[in-house]
Amino acid sequence: MASGSEEAFWTEEDAQSLAETTDVELLKRAWRNEKAAPEILSFQANLVQRSREQIQLLEETVEELSGNASDDLIISLYQMDLDRALFLLRSYLRVRLQKIEKYMLHISKTQLWNRLSEQEQKFAEKCTDIMEKHLQQSVLARLPYGYQSILKQSISSEEDDMVPEPQLDTFVFCKSKGSVGAFQLDDTGDEIVDLVADDLYVLRYKSIKGLVEGGQIDLV
Amino acid sequence: MAGQSDPHLSIFSALEVEFLAEDETMEIVPNMRMDALHMICGDFGPFFPQIATKVPLWLAVTLKKRGKCTIRPPEWMSVEKLTQVLEAERESPREFQPLPFHYVEISRLLFDHARDDIPEIYMVRSLIEDIRDVRFHKVETGLETISARTHAVKLKNLSAMEVNIVRPFIVRALQAFYKHDSPEMIPQPDATGDNRPPVANRGPRFCVCPSARPAAKIDAKNCVYMIIWCCLHLPCCSHTVTKEAILRGQLKGST
Repeated sequence: MASGSEEAFWTEEDAQSLAETTDVELLKRAWRNEKAAPEILSFQANLVQRSREQIQLLEETVEELSGNASDDLIISLYQMDLDRALFLLRSYLRVRLQKIEKYMLHISKTQLWNRLSEQEQKFAEKCTDIMEKHLQQSVLARLPYGYQSILKQSISSEEDDMVPEPQLDTFVFCKSKGSVGAFQLDDTGDEIVDLVADDLYVLRYKSIKGLVEGGQIDLV
Repeated sequence: MAGQSDPHLSIFSALEVEFLAEDETMEIVPNMRMDALHMICGDFGPFFPQIATKVPLWLAVTLKKRGKCTIRPPEWMSVEKLTQVLEAERESPREFQPLPFHYVEISRLLFDHARDDIPEIYMVRSLIEDIRDVRFHKVETGLETISARTHAVKLKNLSAMEVNIVRPFIVRALQAFYKHDSPEMIPQPDATGDNRPPVANRGPRFCVCPSARPAAKIDAKNCVYMIIWCCLHLPCCSHTVTKEAILRGQLKGST
């Protein structure tokens, strides 16, 4: 009963926030989080799809307007709006590609792989291929036996110790959207932070990872 | 890959912060008639002469540049409000006063493009500069309290541009403290000598990259490997130079 009413409350709030925020706003949030987070976040497939459609629609409108010789001012205003949306979308995709290039070996052998879009997965595969081939030809093939792995220092290494990984221990600036409540910062539980709405904190990324993914907190 | 990776991946440029600020809503009074605009970022207008309406800052500045409107400066940008904020800011050394998240960028854009719409602009400008100075001083004194015990820093009401400016320093300071405080950093007497590859004691000894790894005692083979490691991990090492160095190292190792 209680959980039922709570659920209803959430959907109502969700609908409200959906009505209030445009896709540009959502894309901006995704872009900001992606830029500020050390690791790659889930690809916002639906959001990107919707933004693409809107951009295309506006492109057609602009073309139509300039075809029938409308007011120059209106055309240039629409064009500016279009450019802003395009910039956001491009920058979002580009930040992700940079992260993929940097951590491709790590991403391809962990759960992070599922966060990539289909195209990004293809890109990562090709990129890894080329990198491996290049390093193989220019260096690794000339090294003595035992040192030829791209993933390991030498054959005696127990784990892959040559794979660049994102540093999750780093600190990030974050802003809470609503009240998150008391929140445990480390595993031992002696550090607790009470996050109220609109608070700004510098916290360790690892400890707020879940909140970022759940959308309760924004990185700035 | 090595050439393109950006070591400051997560840091916003000042222009990007300004880009974010340009979406804040502003009130304008148009002097022309124009139909409603149905944009990706929302619907605005229709515009009628002398009737105030709300638009994003970038739109307001564009219209202003073309002489199509006047911008109504936001309420907080009055001499009276800012004087209050400055006083409160000076009185409470541990808190920041609530100002819009993008107050630095908004005021800057309005000073640049709508100076004739702001009453007492010189006063407003110097008040905002004073407020910025007081706030930065607070951040700086706050930095002194960061220590190894710091797991979180609270900076309620700090604005976007201020965050962007102090970010590199705060993050690096906290990271350094965190790293040196973690148990892995406390040296274990028996483990220190053994985590080098077993061949480390043979062959000529020389050091390639002292900053990359502490206590790097290396022979020729490992030297080659170190360079590869650098080439993969350190953005500062240029790829082409490293490749040559590797080949040279390889020659030395085999002779």
